[in-house]
Amino acid sequence: MNFDINKIRKDFPILGQKVNKKPFVYFDNAATTQKPFKVIERMNKVYRETNSNIHRGVHYLSNITTRDFENARESIRSFINAKHDHEIIFTPGTTSGINLVACSFGEKYVSEGDEILISALEHHANIVPWQMLCKRKGAKLRVIPMNDDGELILDEYEKLLSSRTRIVAITHVANSIGTVNPVKEIIKSAHRLAVPVLVDGAQAVQHGRVDVQELGADFYVFSGHKMYGPTGIGALYGREDILEEIPPYQTGGEMVDRVTFEKTTFNRLPFKFEAGTPNYTGAIGMAAAVEYLKETGLEEISAHEKDLLEYGTRRLSEFKELIMFGRAKEKISVLSFVLEGIHPYDAGMVIDKYGIAVRTGTHCAQPVMDRFDISGTIRASLAFYNTREEIDRLCEAIEKVIQMFKQ
Amino acid sequence: MHINEIQDQIVEEFEIFDDWMDKYNYLIDLSRSLPVIDDKYKTPEYLIEGCQSRVWLRADMENGKVVYKADSDAVITKGIISLLIRVMSDRHPEEIINNDLYFIDKIGLKENLSPTRSNGLVSMIKQMKLYAIAYQAKAKKDN
Repeated sequence: MNFDINKIRKDFPILGQKVNKKPFVYFDNAATTQKPFKVIERMNKVYRETNSNIHRGVHYLSNITTRDFENARESIRSFINAKHDHEIIFTPGTTSGINLVACSFGEKYVSEGDEILISALEHHANIVPWQMLCKRKGAKLRVIPMNDDGELILDEYEKLLSSRTRIVAITHVANSIGTVNPVKEIIKSAHRLAVPVLVDGAQAVQHGRVDVQELGADFYVFSGHKMYGPTGIGALYGREDILEEIPPYQTGGEMVDRVTFEKTTFNRLPFKFEAGTPNYTGAIGMAAAVEYLKETGLEEISAHEKDLLEYGTRRLSEFKELIMFGRAKEKISVLSFVLEGIHPYDAGMVIDKYGIAVRTGTHCAQPVMDRFDISGTIRASLAFYNTREEIDRLCEAIEKVIQMFKQ
Repeated sequence: MHINEIQDQIVEEFEIFDDWMDKYNYLIDLSRSLPVIDDKYKTPEYLIEGCQSRVWLRADMENGKVVYKADSDAVITKGIISLLIRVMSDRHPEEIINNDLYFIDKIGLKENLSPTRSNGLVSMIKQMKLYAIAYQAKAKKDN
């Protein structure tokens, strides 16, 4: 496969515009990614040509949409190499997937005195649902600490694992500072005690190949919009046997088998967890994104992004006022930093004027900021459509920021 | 001076700037002249939490007029606050409550005040007016 950056950039219509009279540079990819024509046109086609509710009608278009929706499930299955199609549950996104597991798994398996293990690197979405579960059940939330480079301390993790641990919920890649966690090892240790593991893959699947069977993950959650697909759609992978055992999350239409006023029996997997009309257009769009990623080549994407991260790290280190957060040996696609004596918000305002989109603040990971004792960072998160020239432009903007605010 | 005369004055001051850089530099200068709130008041009680930058605000009644003091951890925010204080501080509560803050729009800083920026400024303006309403109610009660 040929990785032609100029051709790739043309696949994303939004990238060609000017912002604040400057060529637009998009470095907020960890928040959401831009969409290629392939995704936009695929969804357009659903609304223009085939839209009909799925699994219900006997009519022609309903059959087509149902088929496309189930094909999308198969695409997602193959994308993360799950064993069965019915282990893929479509959700509105990563947050929903985690809430589903926290509720359904928690309902069945967590009780008073039990413990749930998360890490110091989590996004709020992988903290709060567990916190709420602990509150409901009288369980305890324990946190795997990290070192100053932003790497989890695995010895501490081993110590925290115990016969009281009911589930480990951990991010694959940290959204705030880019650390790649050794999830395979983490899962192995948990499985020694027969503890299942949920992996938050929201920042992982778009950057390289993920194989849930090889990892041994019991649950793996991710979002469509962070992998060049549409918003409002995501996937939850769950191992068949666990999904069979845990109760449904939301209830309503589609997920039932037989309803009387006295009793309801539930549909089989995956429908048991897909109450109401699912976002089938989103699912079909998400599958188009998978196809796009496969055509572009996940290996090529990883290689290009690795080059950008190394180049960016080197260029940014030239500023003596710049402090980089997250210096993990295994790291992808995120440059998270502060400029000494300058508030990230001030920096972000000026960088925006250069037509460059970065995110400033806590990145929905306040405990990570607390760990480093900072109020927030400036985060440039990279995607494969970014270039070295764009990083140079960011450096020019940073130079201006320092010049303006340094007293 | 009438509250609108000050607003017009500010609009005029900003007219000389052609580009955003000059405006921001001016705001940085203004941030240094802000009547800063005493550090002992930088407590949660006076904090207006924004997602991106934090703002502390305090108001006192002096001779029937509301006097504001404020601070922020971000410089641009601080510069805008100093403009708000120039317009709103040291005035009778009625003037503050009934005034329409049109200068922000006219000097092209409206983007800084959009709620999506969540920098605490929108909440700050609201809080300034609430202080004025509270002092007005208190004055009526005392009379």
